Amino acid sequence: MSRLNEANIKTALEIIARYPRPKSALIPLLHLAQEQNGYVTNEAMVHLGELVGVTSAEVYGTATFYEMFRFEPVGKYLVNICGTMSCALMGAGDLMHHAEQKLGVKAGGTTADGMFTLAHAECQAACTEAPTLQVNYRFRYKVTNGDFDTLIDDLKNGKLADEIPAHGVVARIRQRIPADRGVGAVAPELVTENPAWMDGKAAL
Amino acid sequence: MTTAIKYPHAAGFVAGDRPKIVTSRFEHADSYTIERFLATGGYAGLRKALGRAATDVHEEVKSATVLGRGGAGFPAGTKWGLTPQQVFPKYLVVNGDESEPGTYKDRLLMERDPHQLIEGCLIACYAAGLSQCFLYIRGEMALAQERVATALNEAYAAGYVGKNILGSKFSVDIVLHWGAGAYVVGEETALIESLEGNRGMPRLKPPFFPAANGLYGQPTIVNNVETLANLPWLMVNGSEAYTAIGTKTSPGTRMVAVSGHVKNPGVFEIINGTTTFRDLLYGAEFCGGIRNDNELKAFVPGGGSAPWFTADQLDLPFEASQVGPAGSMLGSGAIMVMDSTTDIPAAALTLTHFYAHESCGKCTPCREGGTWLERILTRIVEGTGTEADLQQILEVGAMICPGDFPHASNEKLGLAAVPFPYKMTTICFVGPSAFAPLHSAITLFRSEFEARLVKRISIPVTAVSTPPTVWA
Repeated sequence: MSRLNEANIKTALEIIARYPRPKSALIPLLHLAQEQNGYVTNEAMVHLGELVGVTSAEVYGTATFYEMFRFEPVGKYLVNICGTMSCALMGAGDLMHHAEQKLGVKAGGTTADGMFTLAHAECQAACTEAPTLQVNYRFRYKVTNGDFDTLIDDLKNGKLADEIPAHGVVARIRQRIPADRGVGAVAPELVTENPAWMDGKAAL
Repeated sequence: MTTAIKYPHAAGFVAGDRPKIVTSRFEHADSYTIERFLATGGYAGLRKALGRAATDVHEEVKSATVLGRGGAGFPAGTKWGLTPQQVFPKYLVVNGDESEPGTYKDRLLMERDPHQLIEGCLIACYAAGLSQCFLYIRGEMALAQERVATALNEAYAAGYVGKNILGSKFSVDIVLHWGAGAYVVGEETALIESLEGNRGMPRLKPPFFPAANGLYGQPTIVNNVETLANLPWLMVNGSEAYTAIGTKTSPGTRMVAVSGHVKNPGVFEIINGTTTFRDLLYGAEFCGGIRNDNELKAFVPGGGSAPWFTADQLDLPFEASQVGPAGSMLGSGAIMVMDSTTDIPAAALTLTHFYAHESCGKCTPCREGGTWLERILTRIVEGTGTEADLQQILEVGAMICPGDFPHASNEKLGLAAVPFPYKMTTICFVGPSAFAPLHSAITLFRSEFEARLVKRISIPVTAVSTPPTVWA
């Protein structure tokens, strides 16, 4: 049951078709599996292996390298507090301490109700807005202890449901290449000549 | 001089009375839409490029010396020329995996002006004869992924990407790809591995660089987001207008994020080559000084991997040929400022922790050494380290980077600069980067480390005059 469902198989095939080699689609497909189940299940990894034509061990090998993939259920909201230099200089340590008090779990832990997982994160590329955090990869800037409490309360009350999807969903908009507009991916060994526009003349 | 305006919809970005090459649309709340893009000269650069022969466009980019903005600063036009002539297909991989500590520009460019990036990709593909483009965005950047996906969908529908672009013989697909959280994937060969669906571990190079042997073993150009975002403006205005800004060796502008203990932290598009660190840190139109008017203790000039500078180096300009000999690098355009209240060993620990955590595990000196450095430094920061630990840090560091490690000069300490770069025993820069902040911190602020060490005082033992009588 935790293999990809029908709709996601369709999306998966669409994604695979964009790459000259199917294995390239593995990371996007792992995201798709995580989106469906909230984490990456063993069955999903076996299924992805079948879809791209590699062993499930290879899928597992790739998946375990990347931090965003979780292999056990996590909270509905993954709260990543940045602790790298700029945030640390601006008080990320205190924020993390406060967050641990507020949620009643240590960094890395999940609350008993399964709502929140608190985690220490590395640089999130928002250094001028330190200290920062991401909830399911949505930014919050210059977070004070008060802001953090409000955020947690809002998430609990479902006030941010429109902005922040449940864990697993990263981008809610997918690239769609219309069949009549796409060039299509070709295996590299089948390409034997320079692209048409490299003939020394202007293309237009 | 106009006062800097912060745009709420471009968090962190500060405009100013300076040339805007890549951030010209940031002032508009809807800068990411195709409507706004087309209304502000969007895709005009592409049209201009397609009206010329591909080799012509390549020459134009070459003569503009667009320096790579990812960290190494290699000119884009030269890089494109390194691919073998008769090997097909060639690929473009866009490096949007921005995760260097302190760096914060590619995300803004992708979130605020995705069409500009797409246009840049198209120009690059056209000029260098690249058959397909993969746009690799960091996994954690949800908004950037959504904005670029929307922009690509719009561009495909409007005929700017895909088959027969603008009705010409130029056809190229841009495929949006996204990562899943790994700093090392920002290294170009690791990026390619990741794009092939593997663990993101860098490939050994030399002998083969991606331009000769990259994605699927084919010639591959890996360019940074900001580098490509420069191309539309360059096409419209020409290389002469581009080189008229900045200096001969560092033309154009570059985006720099200044964070940490300054009054107005922000991301600025500055003139390359002439702007100095003092301008940036103290200038009224930039950061306006150190917070609470404290004294500047140290700053990281080019992202977490760069050796640190102190007030002695403030007058250096953003020019690689001057920053290198001074003992550091410009890297990816990120300055992190520490004021006099900073606990230096603890600050260095945040960076060393970062690199130890992000080591991919391929090279032993980085995998083991980085972790060792972190553990030893943690002991010192927590107050249980000894003099031997401090020595051990330098010894472990010497195994990652043999020889003299670059550092800045310091008048007070009587130190002369050791120029960049360093020697390294690892494939990529993650290993040396774990040592760089620590080495700078120990070199420039050794007393702060020493103050934390546990002192072992030997107790003099008096000789025993008569043998003990326990056996009696």
